[in-house]
Amino acid sequence: MLTFLSRSIIQKLVTLFFVSVVSFLIIHLAPGEPSQIDPLNPKFTPEMVERMREEFNLDKPLHVQYLLFYKNLFSGKIISWRDNLPVLGKIWERFLNSLPLFIVGTLLTWTFSFPVGIRSAIHRDGIYDKSTTFLSYLLISIPGFFFAYLLIILVVTKLHVPVIGMETFGMSDASLLARFMDRIWHLVLPSLLGATGGVAVLSRYVRGQMLEIIGQDYVRTARAKGLPSETVYYKHALRNALLPFVTMFGLILPGLIGGSVIIESIFSWPGMGRMAYEAILGRDYPVILTINFMTAVLVLAGTLISDLLYMVVDPRIKL
Amino acid sequence: MSDISETRNQAKRIGGEAFMPPSRSPWQETWFQLRKNRMALTGLVIFIFFFVIAVTGLFVTGGSDPILDPARVRLPEKLRPPLSSPKTDTLRPEELPALGIYLLGTDDLGRDVFARMLQGAWVSLTVGFVAVGIAVGIGILLGGIAGYYGRFSLQLGHLLVGVLVFSASVFAIYGWLWPAALLLFFITIVFVSSHKRLRHPSPSSRSLRWLMLPTLQVDTLIMRAVDIMLCFPSFFLILTVVALLPPSIYNIMVIIGLTSWMGTTRFVRAEFLSLREMDFVAAARALGISDTRIIFRYIMPNAVAPVLVSATLGIASAMLTEAGLSFLGFGVPPPHATWGNILSDGKAYIFDAPWLTFAPGIVILIVVLAFNLFGEGMRDILNPKLRERN
Repeated sequence: MLTFLSRSIIQKLVTLFFVSVVSFLIIHLAPGEPSQIDPLNPKFTPEMVERMREEFNLDKPLHVQYLLFYKNLFSGKIISWRDNLPVLGKIWERFLNSLPLFIVGTLLTWTFSFPVGIRSAIHRDGIYDKSTTFLSYLLISIPGFFFAYLLIILVVTKLHVPVIGMETFGMSDASLLARFMDRIWHLVLPSLLGATGGVAVLSRYVRGQMLEIIGQDYVRTARAKGLPSETVYYKHALRNALLPFVTMFGLILPGLIGGSVIIESIFSWPGMGRMAYEAILGRDYPVILTINFMTAVLVLAGTLISDLLYMVVDPRIKL
Repeated sequence: MSDISETRNQAKRIGGEAFMPPSRSPWQETWFQLRKNRMALTGLVIFIFFFVIAVTGLFVTGGSDPILDPARVRLPEKLRPPLSSPKTDTLRPEELPALGIYLLGTDDLGRDVFARMLQGAWVSLTVGFVAVGIAVGIGILLGGIAGYYGRFSLQLGHLLVGVLVFSASVFAIYGWLWPAALLLFFITIVFVSSHKRLRHPSPSSRSLRWLMLPTLQVDTLIMRAVDIMLCFPSFFLILTVVALLPPSIYNIMVIIGLTSWMGTTRFVRAEFLSLREMDFVAAARALGISDTRIIFRYIMPNAVAPVLVSATLGIASAMLTEAGLSFLGFGVPPPHATWGNILSDGKAYIFDAPWLTFAPGIVILIVVLAFNLFGEGMRDILNPKLRERN
């Protein structure tokens, strides 16, 4: 157990190091420099550009830049090139904005996909199964931005509720309840959109898992000894079918910092995804690299957690 | 035919109820199963239809004097709804749409949306196929190497050469061309001179033995590379690279391809690992058949069907990625129409001209859905465990 833990942590640290090198190289070897982002701006005189290059260490060799960047990152002193604000503070602020979307989206995904998946597995090839199968393919295939506009048209023209942004402008002196409901309304569409793909994929996965378990001998035994079908499905089969999903708790961790670029830009939601998008547009290398690094950390931590969870739930696995 | 049925009758007579297996080739069997799976069949039909449309679209809208000009601006005719006929009095005769009506309306510059959609079909098709082609190519290569040659250890010499090549390229990047060239020269010299001697070590080359120390398995190396690539958030990575590089359709294809090979690699590796231990491969090896032939004639045909299925699904997601990039304004550069940027341009007129949103949106939905249905259907068909017993 301890050897497994230490071995995988070392392995993950090595992976993380390579990720940091690769992402640094991708960003810095691409053509164009942040100092040339706006060549038509009259303020960008050659002296100014030179001063900026010096300020941001762009005149140093690449490996020195790499070391300086990660030194700053780990000491928390890293600042954005666009507004000189600390990157970690900016990310934290945007993270708090994205968090409600993530929580509601995840809750929607997990509460919808299990009942749907289990029911379509039990009634295999029935009308319910066929229609949910088709519906989930439809949801996987629909472009997120198109679906977003469909929902916006529907909600705005039929329900007359404003949905863009995090809250309606000028609501600050409304009653607490009205403000709360306003926030909820703004939250519904983006988190629903974030959940659609997840529901479609996860419910298919639940269905497959459940079908596999239902075909097992011990389920047939349970049914043969005359147990009511609810007990067979929900007590005997479901518990084993749930095993792989426990491990998925670890894998949703990277979603914390992901945030959907497209959905957040459509809804003008000031979250992580939009910040990343703006950073890319403005060639704000510290922000891009920090987000990338944090995502990599979360991905690696997520796989580690899911391995550990698997060990906890499934006694057959000894690592 | 007659002798087959005779044999069959003989078999019946001998074995009582024993039947001969149906005499169908694998292709016929697949086709037979596909016809029973109506959703997959619909997907295939739509896919073929889309393919034909995209190819005709290339010919109809391409060239210097296209029949349907997707770039023709007709400012008096802007935002006309679908199926409306052009006002003949304000337009010059060469500005009239070839079909006589605007089948899908016009956009904010009076361009024919139908012609633009036709032009975009080819973009979506090529982006999907080229990107997935690159991804599957890398995946099969790396996965095959990891699966078949995975147990080989890289020797210290190999790593050394790798480090030298890497430092040479770093020198080249810094613009120090002389050291880079010198290093490369050195590498070639070492490589050429040591290769023969390492293969057949003579007592005199004892001193070079340390170069052959085993260090790292090929399998480990490739799989760690996969792990590293999986750490990147894929859409964010694609967006970053696309934004940094000059806008071009080829960049997008290559980048989507280079960031989506990990699944195929893992998959092919697993297939190769299990197939390598099969008896028919052992038999082939015992017959002295070369590795290349074993890989390409014995293992690959058995591993390729599931890979093609995941490639079909990959095309669907590559198309969605391209549409998403175009929507964000990073896609194919403007005068060229793609489904993503038609929708992106139309979003400002979402309430006045909803066809600008709906036409590309619904078409993307249908085409991606067709690929998904066909791919998933083929996955069920090719997996005998899931097949219904009859």
